[in-house]
Amino acid sequence: MNKPIRRLAFFAMVLFGVLLVNVTYIQVFQGEALREHPFNGRQYANQLTQPRGPILVGSEEVAFSEPLGEKEDDKYQRKYPAGGLYAHLIGTFPVRGEGIETRQNALLEGSDERLVVRNFIDSITGKEHQGASVELTLSPKAQEAAQAGFEELGKNGAAVALDPETGAVLAAYSNPTFDPNEVSSVTDAEAANKAWTDYEGDENKPLLNRALNERYPPGSTFKLVTAAAALEDGATPESTMDAPETLNLGAPLPNAWGGPCNGGQPDTLAHSIEQSCNTSFANWAIELGADKMTEQAEKFGFNGEDMAIPLPVTGSLYPREEDRNVLGRSGIGQANVESTPLQMAMVAAGIANDGDVMKPYLVDSVKDSDLSEIEGHTPETLSTAVSAKTAEDLTQMMILVTEGAEASGPGGAIPGMQVAGKTGTAETDSGPTHNWFVSFAPADDPQVAVAVVVEHGGGSGGTLAAPIAKRIMEAVIDQ
Amino acid sequence: MSAPVPNRPLPPVKRRNAELVMTLMAIGLTLFAMIEAGLTRNGEMPPSLFLYGVLFGGLAILAHVFIRFFAPWSDPLMLPIATLLNGLGLAMLWRLFEATGETENGSAMSQLILTAISMALFAAIIFFLKEPRTLQRYPYLIAIGAVFLLLLPLIPGIGMTVNGARQWVNAGFTTLQPSEFAKIALVIFLSGYMVSKRDVLSLASKQVKIGRFKILDLPRMRDMAPMAVMWGFCIIVLVILMNDLGTSLLLFGTFLAMIYVATHRSSWIVIGLAAFFGACALLYPFVSHFRVRMVTWLDAFNPEVYCTDEFLTDPNAFCTTSGTSQQLVKGLFALAQGGMTGAGLGGGQPGYVPEVQNDFIFTAFGEELGLTGLMVMLLALALLVERGMRIALAAKELFIKMFASGISFLIAFQTFVVIGGVTRVIPMTGATIPFVAKGGSALLSSWIMLALLMRMSNNARKPAPQSIQDEGATQVISR
Repeated sequence: MNKPIRRLAFFAMVLFGVLLVNVTYIQVFQGEALREHPFNGRQYANQLTQPRGPILVGSEEVAFSEPLGEKEDDKYQRKYPAGGLYAHLIGTFPVRGEGIETRQNALLEGSDERLVVRNFIDSITGKEHQGASVELTLSPKAQEAAQAGFEELGKNGAAVALDPETGAVLAAYSNPTFDPNEVSSVTDAEAANKAWTDYEGDENKPLLNRALNERYPPGSTFKLVTAAAALEDGATPESTMDAPETLNLGAPLPNAWGGPCNGGQPDTLAHSIEQSCNTSFANWAIELGADKMTEQAEKFGFNGEDMAIPLPVTGSLYPREEDRNVLGRSGIGQANVESTPLQMAMVAAGIANDGDVMKPYLVDSVKDSDLSEIEGHTPETLSTAVSAKTAEDLTQMMILVTEGAEASGPGGAIPGMQVAGKTGTAETDSGPTHNWFVSFAPADDPQVAVAVVVEHGGGSGGTLAAPIAKRIMEAVIDQ
Repeated sequence: MSAPVPNRPLPPVKRRNAELVMTLMAIGLTLFAMIEAGLTRNGEMPPSLFLYGVLFGGLAILAHVFIRFFAPWSDPLMLPIATLLNGLGLAMLWRLFEATGETENGSAMSQLILTAISMALFAAIIFFLKEPRTLQRYPYLIAIGAVFLLLLPLIPGIGMTVNGARQWVNAGFTTLQPSEFAKIALVIFLSGYMVSKRDVLSLASKQVKIGRFKILDLPRMRDMAPMAVMWGFCIIVLVILMNDLGTSLLLFGTFLAMIYVATHRSSWIVIGLAAFFGACALLYPFVSHFRVRMVTWLDAFNPEVYCTDEFLTDPNAFCTTSGTSQQLVKGLFALAQGGMTGAGLGGGQPGYVPEVQNDFIFTAFGEELGLTGLMVMLLALALLVERGMRIALAAKELFIKMFASGISFLIAFQTFVVIGGVTRVIPMTGATIPFVAKGGSALLSSWIMLALLMRMSNNARKPAPQSIQDEGATQVISR
């Protein structure tokens, strides 16, 4: 009878082996995923009784933890003194939705492995637990200018400002916004939940980070990409193209003002940009062909991989168009072209930076509580979109947009300084036009590149969006 | 194939001093665990430490002394392992209840008293049951007793349903779970029955052949009776009437293991498993609690099975109460929280797992002692099981072989059913970790099994009486 007993003993060992392997798998290999699982309430409950590191813009704390009592078990309340100004970027704590609070959670709460040693020593020496502080690249003035511009206009939309040389995000404002203080109360969680649910149900989508996560047809601002493709293909600002009153693209495509662009004569590239000629650019796109158009758009970042800055950025689309009519419309940023405000700001920044598109980033540095730097940022080139020569040509053409004789965007001009810009008024299926303005300034030594979109503004990019862009550029340059 | 291993007797060594040292170590670990929990939780030594030290430690040492006198040849590893497991369970219950001041769900003090009673019963069995083989005299009487115990909870008035399973009996001053004792009685009955029917069960057969190849040695239909009875009992009574899936699985699994040991025929296992799982598949559409457990197991992380707070408040979701997988998933979170080394006793938050003091106490160990602690616990249980199997190998009588291997496998399989359920290897069915879990019946039955194993090991290891030497000495004959 011993043989079956031995086999049974072996089987019992196998049972224990299965348990040991499984427990090892859960606790070690699956551990992190489980600890950060959205159902896992402990990650938040633990955090409530510990102070988090602050989030800074400039030297100002825009998110910080305030103790609610003296005892060890007392909770901390997260405060957001700037209200809705940075709401979409910072996010909220207890974490809901996206934001730095969510993306840099481990660093802020101090559980990141780079903080473990210091926190362990602190716990022995009896010091309070502390998280790291996260410093953002934002310029408070630029962000405020964007908010003020949209609030005066009273429309939905978004504005993005980049430092063209580094890719640092100077402003990224989405209108309407929400007050993170209302949804992060730890003393009245029910009210916080209700406030969040109300925001979620609001048809204006105040929780949506339009600057990074909403795609709009870019309209005429996309002509910059088409012009870039033409220049890279050997054309010059003086190269001409047929620019009739209407162009038959399945349905007739008119110009914004209903007439031809150069009195019925072929129009130069520079003049077409200046007054934003539809028919000539549709012809340029068709002549260049789908390959070159797609290639140029992708060099600026369209159809790219998902980006995290570290907030997730929705990708922008320029699908390859085989059909002549659709290809023509894609050349003026209609048809199936869709872009986030950030993507159009990257187009402007790329032109401003001699053709190099820098990778955008929002976190300037992360510092431990002893002020030692844990994470810095080295600017990275995302791609070289155009040659320096092409970038210079485009800049000169864009200056005409704000100060030329037939300028389409004089509202973006800043006295005493050259501003390179491009307007856009995009047709939508769902209502009035979206109004765009992308620009950078000063044109000879760019410090800031901006993209502004006014959602269903129903006016023109030059009148609605350009003034907001101007305010943001001034805010950056004046400081 | 290796040559058959001769049936060696175990070495006739007592090693009682080793047992004493290891038992002292187990006691020390228990008290140390309590001190750690007390210091971490409340910053002070447990006020009742002395009482626990004297009662638990004293009783364990008494048990050891008792063994020295009444079972001096028994396995020296078993008592220390049982003491360690029981002590860890005790310390964890103290940490969960007394240390947090929440004694309404149970207390370590009652567990301590039950431990004392269990140890007394352990001593009594060792003292009175000198020859375990006498138990095989009344197999049918014991079988009736086992069935009576199993059916006891069905009697109106004294039967109680707890957490959906009708497996409790109200004995007035306390509640008992008679199935814990019935399973031991069943092993006794099966050992006796199968030893007497062994030949007919293992030899009489008809072969199933495909062409020239023998596939299976099928037993004759009339020999299937015990299998049919066991199967019917497990399915009809335990699953359908009492919703006691854990006991059903445990008893049937042990039955299959024992019939395999008795007959060395794998066809019994094939038939048994086919019948059991076939019945489960047939019952699946009709028995709702069966379906609930399967869904809970397979789809634990589905929001609608888990029922997050969000779903609870969402009128469109199905959730009306917190979901069936909450305990399981929260248990996994607790394990993940523990990681490799755990938070230290008293340093975690095991209370996040609902009803953590019962089956899920394993997750509390995982959270506070980490993978390291769980491995110690599992290896201790595995060691106990394998020592039991060793007794079965060394024993000379068939009944003892069956009995020892049956009890050992029962311990192993019970561990697997409960811990496998908690760690999502198999569906949760409800069972108790031997020696560790809270509850009188479980603890009593664990110590009864230990007493039986130790008594059998004593008899197996005791050197045979020396043959009379012609040296003039008087031969003392003792029983």
